[in-house]
Amino acid sequence: MSLLTPDLGLLFWMLLSFLIVFGALAKFGFPIITGMVDRRREHINEALRAADEARAKLEGVEQEAQRIMEEATRRSTDIVATAVSDGQRIVASAHEKAEADSAARMEAARRQIEIEKEKALGQMRSTVAMLSVDIAEKVMRTRLESDAEEGALISRLLDEAEAQNQKPQ
Amino acid sequence: MKQLVRHTIMLLAVLLSGALWDGVWAQEEVQIEPEEAVVESEEAEVEAEKLDVVGLIFDHISDAYSWHIATYKGHHIEIPLLCIVRSQEGDWHLFSSSKVSHGHSHEGFYIAPEGEKWEGKLVARGVDGEVYRPLDLSLTKNAAGVLINSLLVVAVILGVAGWYRRRKYNIYEVPRGFVGAVEMLIMSIEDEVIRPAVGKEYKRYSPYLLTAFFFIFVNNLMGLVPTFPGGANTTGNIAVTLILALATMFTVNVFGNKEYWKEILWPKVPVWMKFPIPLMPIIELFGVISKPFALTIRLFANTMAGHMVILALTSLVFVSVSMGTTMNIVMTIFSVLLTVFMLVLEILVAYIQAYVFTMLSSVFVGLSRPEHHEAKREKTKHK
Repeated sequence: MSLLTPDLGLLFWMLLSFLIVFGALAKFGFPIITGMVDRRREHINEALRAADEARAKLEGVEQEAQRIMEEATRRSTDIVATAVSDGQRIVASAHEKAEADSAARMEAARRQIEIEKEKALGQMRSTVAMLSVDIAEKVMRTRLESDAEEGALISRLLDEAEAQNQKPQ
Repeated sequence: MKQLVRHTIMLLAVLLSGALWDGVWAQEEVQIEPEEAVVESEEAEVEAEKLDVVGLIFDHISDAYSWHIATYKGHHIEIPLLCIVRSQEGDWHLFSSSKVSHGHSHEGFYIAPEGEKWEGKLVARGVDGEVYRPLDLSLTKNAAGVLINSLLVVAVILGVAGWYRRRKYNIYEVPRGFVGAVEMLIMSIEDEVIRPAVGKEYKRYSPYLLTAFFFIFVNNLMGLVPTFPGGANTTGNIAVTLILALATMFTVNVFGNKEYWKEILWPKVPVWMKFPIPLMPIIELFGVISKPFALTIRLFANTMAGHMVILALTSLVFVSVSMGTTMNIVMTIFSVLLTVFMLVLEILVAYIQAYVFTMLSSVFVGLSRPEHHEAKREKTKHK
């Protein structure tokens, strides 16, 4: 039996068995196995993708929580700061108001005092004038016994008045 | 460990005693020097045995009508197989191979003896007295081996497929043990060989390529089993590899697309190379034929060479008998070690050859479907 010449009988049996093997395996063998493995692979991929997504989502949620927390802290500090500044402002404005009030009151008092003073001054002046007139009357009554003296006094007074009148000019 | 030491000591003892025995034997030989004729006849016997080694190797490598297992005290232990022949007259004859073994003749059919035409094949004497070769579809050793191995492949793969079929809706269960190993093998071939080589339409070809892989792999492995039901040198027979290669050729050329045939019959070369003398088409057509030829020869030669080396190494035990007892023992140990090494290597080769056949087939299939080739080229042109 030569090694290099294919034998017809063996060719026939080989062809027959190979075709049968191929037919059986191509129909009932490999597609089922590879299909199942592919399905499993797909499933695993999907599961991995879902896990990834879930993880990403979780990370997002965590970030969101973090963000919210930060926001809350920021807002609380803001609120505190505003409150503090508001309080300061209120106090300051109260101060100001009080100051302004007191100043205004002082002013009013001062003005009142001034007015009162003027009034008192006026009264005093008129009283002084009346008193002086009275005094002068009394002085006059006592002194103006003699006409001469009277005339001298009058002239002296007139001079004085004149001098007084001239001085402010 | 203790056992190992004990075994080593035993081995050394055996070797030493052998050496001593050899010395004694040599002395005896000196004593019986006058009987030269006996020595000569022994040498002749040794010569015959040496020749027998080559015969043994070729007996194993080539096909046979019966499945020989052993010869014990001149009695052949063999499994008779079915002979199916059609005589010149056109009638079919079915008989057991035991009826034509060892020079017997049955219904006019006999196995041509050594030195004659069609040596070792069933022949018959025609009406004109001339010896002729009938149409012979006998279930020879290799044919039976192919059938057994085919059954094995089908059983294994369908068994594994059955595991999946039973768990059609249970995607979570992953196979373990044997089914897992087969799945790993299948998927490694599909993912690493078929898909990259064939390309987008790999699903269509993967059943054929996987069948080829497992067919070759199982045949290679069964060829390494020393005796029945293994031991038939199926993939080391050119008829078997030829059918496999023709199957690939068929797949490649029948399902090859227009692009593929255009590249063969009207390739993109200067016109004078394909008209009026179709130089390039002839070269390309040679490629079409040489591809399956290369596949055939590669697988056949590799498997056959592996079988030959293993048998030759095993035969060292019997060849070295004539070299004296010491040499025989040394050579026996050497032979066993080398044969074990070769068998392990051949298991690797069994895988590699199946892998290579599948890979080359995949590449050829991939080459027969150059789909986006042109489109890509045009795209780059436009760019």
